[in-house]
Amino acid sequence: MIKAILIFNNHGKPRLIRFYQYFLNMQLQIKHLCTNKMAEDMQQQIIRETFHLVSKRDDNVCNFLEGGSLIGGSDYKLIYRHYATLYFVFCVDSSESELGILDLIQVFVETLDKCFENVCELDLIFHMDKVHYILQEVVMGGMVLETNMNEIVAQVELQNRMEKSEGGLSGAPARAVSAVKNMNLPEIPRNINIGDINIKVPSLSPF
Amino acid sequence: MALKIVKGSIDRMFDKNLQDLVRGIRNHKEDEAKYISTCIDEIKQELKQDNIAVKANAVCKLTYLQMLGYDVSWAAFNIVEVMSSSKFTYKRIGYLAASQCFHEGTDVIMLTTNQIRKDLSSPNQYDTGVALTGLSCFVTPDLARDLANDIMTLMSHTKPYIRKKAVLIMYKVFLKYPESLRPAFPRLKEKLEDPDPGVQSAAVNVICELARRNPKNYLSLAPLFFKLMTSSTNNWVLIKIIKLFGALTPLEPRLGKKLIEPLTNLIHSTSAMSLLYECVNTVIAVLISLSSGMPNHSASIQLCVQKLRILIEDSDQNLKYLGLLAMSKILKTHPKSVQSHKDLILQCLDDKDESIRLRALDLLYGMVSKKNLMEIVKKLMLHVDKAEGTTYRDELLTKIIDICSQSNYQYITNFEWYISILVELTRLEGTRHGHLIASQMLDVAIRVKAIRGFAVAQMATLLDNAHLLTGNTQRNGICEVLYAAAWICGEFSEHLEDPMQTLEAMLRPKVATLPGHIQAVYVQNAAKLFATVLQKHEGETDSQAAQETSQLLIDRLPLFVQSANLEVQERASCILQLVKYIQKLQQKNVEVAEEVTALFAGELNPVAPKAQKKVPIPEGLDLDAWINEPPSESESEDEKPKVVFAKEEPKHYRSRHTEVDEKELARRREVRKQEQANNPFYIKASPSSQKVYDAPGVEHIPVVQIDLSVPLKVPGMPMSDQYLKLEEERRQKEKAERKKKEKKKKREKRGKGRKADSGPESEEDITPAHQVDIVTEEMPENALPSDDDDKDPNDPHKALDIDLDKPLADSEKLPVRTHRPEVLKSPAEDRDSKSVPQETKKKSSKEKKEKKKDKEKDRKRSKEEKKKKKKHKEVEEELLESQPEEAVQSEETKEAAAPPTSTSAEASDLDFWLSSAPVPPAAAQEVTAPSSAAAVDTSSAAAPESEPDEPKDTEPEDTKSSKHKKKKQKKEKEEKEKKKKKRHHHHHHHGDAGGEDSVQNGTVEEEEPLPPMSNYSLLAENSYIKMVYDIQGNHQDESKVVVSVIFENKSDSFLKSMEFNVLDSLNSKLQRPEGAGPHDGLTVPFQLPPGVSNEARFVFSVQSIVMPQKLKGTLTFIVKSDESSTHEKLDFKLHFTCTSYLITTPCYSDAYAKLLESGDLKGSSLRLEGINMPFHHLLARICFHHHFSVVERIDSCASMYSRSIQGHHVCLLVKTSDQTVSIDAKCDEPSLLGNVLDEIKQTFSKC
Repeated sequence: MIKAILIFNNHGKPRLIRFYQYFLNMQLQIKHLCTNKMAEDMQQQIIRETFHLVSKRDDNVCNFLEGGSLIGGSDYKLIYRHYATLYFVFCVDSSESELGILDLIQVFVETLDKCFENVCELDLIFHMDKVHYILQEVVMGGMVLETNMNEIVAQVELQNRMEKSEGGLSGAPARAVSAVKNMNLPEIPRNINIGDINIKVPSLSPF
Repeated sequence: MALKIVKGSIDRMFDKNLQDLVRGIRNHKEDEAKYISTCIDEIKQELKQDNIAVKANAVCKLTYLQMLGYDVSWAAFNIVEVMSSSKFTYKRIGYLAASQCFHEGTDVIMLTTNQIRKDLSSPNQYDTGVALTGLSCFVTPDLARDLANDIMTLMSHTKPYIRKKAVLIMYKVFLKYPESLRPAFPRLKEKLEDPDPGVQSAAVNVICELARRNPKNYLSLAPLFFKLMTSSTNNWVLIKIIKLFGALTPLEPRLGKKLIEPLTNLIHSTSAMSLLYECVNTVIAVLISLSSGMPNHSASIQLCVQKLRILIEDSDQNLKYLGLLAMSKILKTHPKSVQSHKDLILQCLDDKDESIRLRALDLLYGMVSKKNLMEIVKKLMLHVDKAEGTTYRDELLTKIIDICSQSNYQYITNFEWYISILVELTRLEGTRHGHLIASQMLDVAIRVKAIRGFAVAQMATLLDNAHLLTGNTQRNGICEVLYAAAWICGEFSEHLEDPMQTLEAMLRPKVATLPGHIQAVYVQNAAKLFATVLQKHEGETDSQAAQETSQLLIDRLPLFVQSANLEVQERASCILQLVKYIQKLQQKNVEVAEEVTALFAGELNPVAPKAQKKVPIPEGLDLDAWINEPPSESESEDEKPKVVFAKEEPKHYRSRHTEVDEKELARRREVRKQEQANNPFYIKASPSSQKVYDAPGVEHIPVVQIDLSVPLKVPGMPMSDQYLKLEEERRQKEKAERKKKEKKKKREKRGKGRKADSGPESEEDITPAHQVDIVTEEMPENALPSDDDDKDPNDPHKALDIDLDKPLADSEKLPVRTHRPEVLKSPAEDRDSKSVPQETKKKSSKEKKEKKKDKEKDRKRSKEEKKKKKKHKEVEEELLESQPEEAVQSEETKEAAAPPTSTSAEASDLDFWLSSAPVPPAAAQEVTAPSSAAAVDTSSAAAPESEPDEPKDTEPEDTKSSKHKKKKQKKEKEEKEKKKKKRHHHHHHHGDAGGEDSVQNGTVEEEEPLPPMSNYSLLAENSYIKMVYDIQGNHQDESKVVVSVIFENKSDSFLKSMEFNVLDSLNSKLQRPEGAGPHDGLTVPFQLPPGVSNEARFVFSVQSIVMPQKLKGTLTFIVKSDESSTHEKLDFKLHFTCTSYLITTPCYSDAYAKLLESGDLKGSSLRLEGINMPFHHLLARICFHHHFSVVERIDSCASMYSRSIQGHHVCLLVKTSDQTVSIDAKCDEPSLLGNVLDEIKQTFSKC
């Protein structure tokens, strides 16, 4: 089972969080003192801790980490990949194959790359919902749903087309407005390009 | 109206969308919180509007804010609103938001049940998909219970996209609603062979997750998975299956043997590292489960280790890490094979990657031996010095201690060395593990008596240099060591060379800065030392020195008396008064030493940490029983029973001073002494007042000569290295001596000329530096064997530990929504009626327990629901509860008539599959699959009952070597016996036993018992032999049927060399072994002694199944009597009816309804006149003879379902009135249907 998927940038800013298990402070859980606020805080704490663990590692060390104290237990492992400005972290238990998950991250990122056409951090920032929809076609409820990239892309496209036929969320006028606003984009350079960054993956041959 | 819409969309233009929100947040970096709070206010406004688009936009923004850590649960209701929008765009936003922020405690989830149900049955597959995805994240026990059936239907959806999602989500449903596992499992199993690879992979995924927690329940699936493993090319699926096998092998060693070969092949052939790695992992698991007795055992190990070495040597850090991880698994059982790679592992200790270093450390643990322990620890000590970062250093420290102390200090040959290692470790800065070192010191000093002298000397040095340890506040962790040092010096003070100096060191003013608990130990042990010093001085009659000592204490102790710590203060003031009194006596020249030492006499023995837990509860002790009968309520009027305890307790405290007289006290003391004397667990003070010297057994311990060449008293200097050298020298010397001796021996034995020079030093050659007596820890008498698994009682997977092979009981059917609420009953009544007939013999007590649990759960749930008092919910609940009642009815008949589904069949399948290694697995399965249907003719019931097993047993025996034979036979005999029992039981179960049946089954109660039925029909008969046969379709293969033939020897002669042959037609062919010609006969794998019958199975392949078929065949055999033997033959005609291509397949009523609605089926009907039998008999006959199952039955009307091996659906609607039965039937293949109806007609015309 995948317990959580976290994407954050080099500064620890979350870009996407997806928890498949509800992590709570054990003591509070027992006492039934948990409120929603605490749950959110716990998630943020986990993100911070994970970032702390991951960010101090060099790029040329292995991509596995024994879990932090919050996502507890010896059964848990953090498996991550670092692409330019983003960390993709999967928290998994022992039923998942480590190398398999590494490949899954690669599949996910390549899918993002296809769907956004040269994905960069900005795409993730401004289209968090879309990234979620793509992720939903890859992982469902903590279990791997599909690993075939073409299949994933096809399903996402079909759904997008359906959304378009319904007129989309923000109708035409709103889109025009946001297009104008988009023109004076602040200083952030479009700096990552997945296609160029080729991290060596042991190939899981034909999926 | 139109205006409103226009206005709405104009408004929308000025609303922020998600992108605007993100941009805004980025532009307000300095006052982000404030900006977001204004945004939230805007969102609140937006949520108040009617326009769903505005709401959806707002919810989308909330999802983003949730990621940033803002609590958005206040908008939960709005999220539900957006979820229920009819537009996909909004629905998707709603479900996304829900999946991000709903959880079990969210109360609006209750409102979503119907919406989700609607979405699940939506014609648009993406609506369904989105609902499933969302549900997978927030499913609750209630949702799982209410929707389980809907999701189960979706598992057979036409679109693979939905099927795979439905299959995956079932896992979540099982977790939340364990009762759904058994009813849903058959369909889940079916999906393992789904044509779509995605669905297949999902099913494998779910079963693997389930099996990981409760592997034993899934053992019966092993053959199926084995088949998948050998046929699948999808690496994801392969990895999952291989991982699953890794979990299964420990339970079934035979499985492991079967796996080794294909896994080894995969290891050699695959190019995917991930697959290779998992294969290696599972091979390791297999090898662990097989203790020995594998011929190529060592070869496999060698292969694994070799592959792992390649991984570890790879430049990819990930592979290196995994290689080490897997290596550590091999280590546990085959340390020798890993030890040869010590170089590589030590090299990994120098890796720059911490994860890899940690893994390498794990490996070191198992690689030590007496020979290399010192060397390895030396290397680790170097690492400790070099290590940056406290976490890694702490890890090193714990590993060093782990390595050294493992299995009761097995590898330590020189405890002096170990103590000095511990002392060296105290020099670590800022470690958290001071207490660990301390407890090791204590443990060694207490348990290794021979080392005490040395330990005490070292500890005294430590105490003397305590300032080095405590000087820095950062080193707080390490001062724990002083606790141990002080205690050891005090307790074993007789070993001290200069107790006076140590006493002085312990009373320095600096001590007062130590933590309280350490000071307390200091004070107490100062008193012990004081006693020793006194004794020493008095022995030398040096009263001057003795008095000085007393003075020292009197001077220094007041510092501790002022301590803020209560413990320290109390002890200090006590001891201070004592010393003052002693001083008085000393001044009168009274000898006090002996009495003072008596205070601390007796030896403390180590007690095992679990000792208390292991004390068995004495027989007859019931802690829950009343000691005194509780006072009845009438009595309690004048006395107030509630205050009894409150009043009594203060009395106890006061009693000392006032009420209780001396007599009473004496009596109590007596009682207590008595108790202690009788209590074996109470550690009694030894009667002797002398200390250790009188302790029994001490004399036998050789006193260690401390080698004074070692500079003991240089504080803070590494000393262990010197031990290493010394040890090496010692070993060399010993070796040399041994060699000399050997040479002598050799000279003596030269004539015999035995073995060459001794090779490398072996383990046993190393004798410990000095004989050490490691005192074992005390355990209570007759301690219980350890059985505590310390399992988490809250583990949700515990509830999923369910036997899946048992046939489904009625009560387990999933609640289905129904539109016919006529049979309303109160839930309680309903439950009773369900469970009473269930409590029959066939239920094991275990299941009963489960039931109880379930019932309790039900009750709890219903209570909760009452609390909630949601009206509509209760109504729905009632509907739900009423449904199973109907299910009971329909299932009743099914239970009574349908061929048994699993139990013994699966068990024997597995056994067979496992025991017959040489038979190709696919074929094996085909042959055995229908064994479940071996209902035997009542006339020959007694004999053949156990027979069907016979061929299975004989087959493998032929191929096994004679060595294994005996064992095997024994095992098989046992298994057979078991099987026999099982078989027996299910014979009863489906109606052989006539009258008994109604009692057994319980479900047929009011109705008449069924007449005995058998599917076996006569094939051919002559004076020697009688053959009866039955044909069954095969679930796994759509073009194969299995013909089971029972041969009965009617003659007095021996029948042998039976050969079964059939003339193939174009459509149907007998499956012959590879290499056999198309006209060759098949040898029947057994011989028949007189009067015996046995069953053989033959597989036929068929192409078209729409028409019945007849095949001609012959059986040839040799009749052997005492005087002669003759060749005989018997011709027969095998009749393949269309019925025999049908497989009993359960169908749920909603799926059934959908099927009928779909319009793909063509109808036909049949009318039977003059049928004079009860309706349930009629149904039972159809079920039994024609492989149908009852979908639903209402009064004299029932719908039935079956499926052909090629997937044709056959639906029947059977109605009866006045001896007339009309059957309306539908099927997607009209000719098949026509033939089946004809056959049904025939069945009833016979009776």
